[in-house]
Amino acid sequence: MLSRTADHLYWMSRYTERAENLARMLDVNYQMSLLPQSVQTIERGWAALLEISELTSAFTAQQSTITPDAVMRFMVSDTSNPSSIMRCLQGARENARAVRGSITTELWETINTTWLEAQRFMREGILKRAPAEFFEWVKFRSHLIRGVHLGTMMRGEAYDFIQLGTFLERADNTARLLDVKFLAASEVHDDDTDPVDEFYYWTAILRSVSAFENYRKVYRDVITPERIAELMVFSPGMPRSLVNCLHEVVDTLSRVRNSQSSNTQSAALRLLSELRDLNIEEIFEKGLHEYLTEFLSRINAVGSGISQDFLLPLQVDPETQMP
Amino acid sequence: MQQLARPLAFDEMVDTSGARPAIGACPSQSARAHYQGFAQWLAQQPEHLLQARRDEAELIFRRVGITFAVYGDSDGTERTIPFDIVPRIFPAAEWSRLERGLKQRVQALNMFLHDVYHEQHILKAGLIPAEQVLNNAQYRPQMQGVRVPHNIYAHIAGIDIVRANHGAQTGELFVLEDNLRVPSGVSYMLENRKMMMRLFPELFAKHRVEPVAHYPDLLLDTLRNSGPVDAAEPNVVVLTPGMYNSAYFEHAFLAQQMGVELVEGQDLFVQDDTVFMRTTQGPRRVDVIYRRVDDDFLDPEVFREDSTLGATGLLRAYRAGNVAICNAIGTGVADDKSIYPFVPDMIRFYLSEEPLIANVPTFMCRKPDELDHVVQNMHELVVKEVHGAGGYGMLVGPASTRAEIDDFKARVLANPSNYIAQPTLALSTCPTYVEAGIAPRHIDLRPFVLSGQHVRMVPGGLTRVALKEGSLVVNSSQGGGTKDTWVLEH
Repeated sequence: MLSRTADHLYWMSRYTERAENLARMLDVNYQMSLLPQSVQTIERGWAALLEISELTSAFTAQQSTITPDAVMRFMVSDTSNPSSIMRCLQGARENARAVRGSITTELWETINTTWLEAQRFMREGILKRAPAEFFEWVKFRSHLIRGVHLGTMMRGEAYDFIQLGTFLERADNTARLLDVKFLAASEVHDDDTDPVDEFYYWTAILRSVSAFENYRKVYRDVITPERIAELMVFSPGMPRSLVNCLHEVVDTLSRVRNSQSSNTQSAALRLLSELRDLNIEEIFEKGLHEYLTEFLSRINAVGSGISQDFLLPLQVDPETQMP
Repeated sequence: MQQLARPLAFDEMVDTSGARPAIGACPSQSARAHYQGFAQWLAQQPEHLLQARRDEAELIFRRVGITFAVYGDSDGTERTIPFDIVPRIFPAAEWSRLERGLKQRVQALNMFLHDVYHEQHILKAGLIPAEQVLNNAQYRPQMQGVRVPHNIYAHIAGIDIVRANHGAQTGELFVLEDNLRVPSGVSYMLENRKMMMRLFPELFAKHRVEPVAHYPDLLLDTLRNSGPVDAAEPNVVVLTPGMYNSAYFEHAFLAQQMGVELVEGQDLFVQDDTVFMRTTQGPRRVDVIYRRVDDDFLDPEVFREDSTLGATGLLRAYRAGNVAICNAIGTGVADDKSIYPFVPDMIRFYLSEEPLIANVPTFMCRKPDELDHVVQNMHELVVKEVHGAGGYGMLVGPASTRAEIDDFKARVLANPSNYIAQPTLALSTCPTYVEAGIAPRHIDLRPFVLSGQHVRMVPGGLTRVALKEGSLVVNSSQGGGTKDTWVLEH
């Protein structure tokens, strides 16, 4: 298929996945903010969100105080933020429109309707009225889009580039979430930390990746940070784990490979096999933050490789340093 | 500022000779034979049901994304082209005559194009002044002597047809305009039919309507066979300016229906006089380009050098016979309004036949005596710029103020050879849903003629309707709508 077509499909699915992950994180944060917490804890939570998406400087350039309202608006509807949920939904739709001939009518209509309805939600002021309802809606629209993709798309190149986009973005977003949340926790080492607060902090992370129930099934025991990391990094059964996402990336790359892509394929395969050879204790010994920083760098290198080998050259936004 | 009494229009559905058609009243007794079935059905439909169906149509067009952006629209919103649920119906025999006339005309036009770019017999015979052709902005000297497969230049022709009362004749069909460059609208013809079948399946049980859905198949066949002979499995692509072009939906739609790639200029490159497209598996040769980009933007090496919509070296590849371009470069010289008056002569010259469909009587302002007539009678005429498009650059005399007429007169006198004029025809009307109910509105028809080894058509075309009362301007960019067009089986 045309490189430009593959590029549109890849970014269409990356933007959709990004919107879903943003909605998940915002939802969890919003739910957390309804619990009795200290002002600092609340602020830290919202600050962490900005950090995960590398948007702290963009936000503070515009406003000085981190309030839930301000961050939600910035990350949902602010058109100056290229990573806001609305911008991501628009990006998904514009990319889909550019290649509507390569996707099924049902997939196009699902993505197009998502964009049209999101705009209606914004006009009706849902962020003020019922933000949780909106975040839930975004998550389920993403499920629907994925379902329509899996259920109607002919298996082939178009299908594969959509898969690649989804799993690359998911691996990246999951690693970022883990990194920021664990780092934030490790920076607060006071004996004032209430174990109840701790419990809600860690389970919030699990809920944001829809893994709370899975955790219970795997570890019939208390919630511990180490096990959360283990589940989200290593569990092959967890749809959102790093190892699972990498596995899909490696598989898909081998299906779409061309005469230039062997280096990118090797890089992805190396990352996967090294990960499989590790265990959680080894990672914590080296330092989770160190491991995840390296992981992010390497997964983004795979992303660049994909653009180079198959798609159009990456245009990096000078402000956000993100494509 | 006297408004001349407009001649009563021929109504497609109702025989109005003697009576004025009232809004909302469509008595089936006076419906023409081929509309009887529909008129009866319409009379039985509850108003709220029809309204609900009309709303459904709008919703579906929007959801599917059959929208377009109007150039210069400040808020950048997308619009749907209004779709009217009353079809325009042709009886079989009349369509058959029209089809023969259209094929004849397109055949002659292709022969003219071949002649212009080769021996120029028609110019030597003095039938058309040579400078009209050779100094025409659309004449491409780069095409002189270039071989094209099957000698076909206009593979896809959109010939605009009107029905009118003119003088003593009532309800005769005329050719209003030829479109041989990048004619558009066929996707609406196809989508309108799908919409009608979805909204009113019972109508199709009641009527035997000739199908049109095979147009993309015919088009693909035409394109495949226009390619270089050595290509076993010709790689056909549709070249689009991109998704911000107002007709983008049609480009994407046709590419998908034909199962071919939709490309933009940036996807192509020319190497060794061969055209390639960039794919995930490396470069792939292109054999046929169905281009929806104007000549001027096709090759920065030869035409506009600031264009990013084409490919550098495309004309070289074309002249070398390594790629086919449909429609060929340079067809604009034959669909120019200044050449239009000569088309009947072309039919006589190349085919030794009388034209089956007439031109609208036309005055050429470049001729002094015709210019005089036009200037003196402008309030009764429709005056058009030779190079205008989309209904712009035009004056409708009877609908204009004295000031507007005087202003236009000055423009015509300043540059007479840029204008032609035609009598105000009472274009036929067709019942159409408007705010006050169903009322007659003026329509035209754009059928599509495909040429290759054979000249072929699907039975039907795009019927465009002027939604404003009394308006003759049907173009979508100026608020026109469309209808489904039915040709009934014999």
